[in-house]
Amino acid sequence: MNKLVSLICGIIFGIGLVISEMINPEKVLGFLNIFRDWDPSLAFVMIGALIISTPVFHLFKNKDKPLFSSNFSIPTNKEIDKKLIVGSIFFGAGWGLIGLCPGPAITSLALLNISSGIFVASMFVGFYIAIKIK
Amino acid sequence: MNIVNFTPLSALTGGFLIGLSVALFFILNGRMIGISGIASSLLTSNDKKIENFLFLIGLIIGPLIYNLFLGKEINISISNSLILLIIAGAMVGFGTRLGSGCTSGHGISGISRFSLRSIIATLTFMIVGIITVFISGIL
Repeated sequence: MNKLVSLICGIIFGIGLVISEMINPEKVLGFLNIFRDWDPSLAFVMIGALIISTPVFHLFKNKDKPLFSSNFSIPTNKEIDKKLIVGSIFFGAGWGLIGLCPGPAITSLALLNISSGIFVASMFVGFYIAIKIK
Repeated sequence: MNIVNFTPLSALTGGFLIGLSVALFFILNGRMIGISGIASSLLTSNDKKIENFLFLIGLIIGPLIYNLFLGKEINISISNSLILLIIAGAMVGFGTRLGSGCTSGHGISGISRFSLRSIIATLTFMIVGIITVFISGIL
């Protein structure tokens, strides 16, 4: 059952990325362009998502178990370490260069766009390098 | 600063769907969504591989369903050079895996949990993204 849930949640997430236009790199770059012509829309994507996910998380986190799985798995790492900061700096720079982050990049593969394909392939190379050195 | 192309309603609607997906995945499967984590897990050995792979397939089916039911074309333009796509893609992959999260994992799931780690990560990649766009605009 949780495989079906995964597929459906992926579909909902993907449609959300399309409707919010996060799938469009120009929209993302417009959001990051706060010193010139700023498009604040993506702040509303985050607000919209957090309004739903935050109360749901806190309402359910202390329940015994999720509906289709034996236990909740919630990240426990609380350390603010070098990996977190250096990783986020690399990510922010790559994100600002093109305007694609992992979710929208993978979702945009649906449009059969060669640029998205190249970006996603390189992203997996990046994952691989990080896994190897971590 | 000028405000341009502001579309708060579609942004909020899309955001609700993203939040709904995160909420359902947590209530039903017990996990918090982080797309860089889900995607990069395909390269490691773990017992959630099929579940994760199906989530990514869902992401790709999403736009197709949207297009099928609403009949609206989805237009995006990426006009960057090949070399820039490769460098940026590799940086995004490397950075999100090293920093254990991206816009979804830290920016939505982590902030939902009030995780300080995720709040700091989100501020870091947002500020660096803003600086990068600012510098690209000068060059």
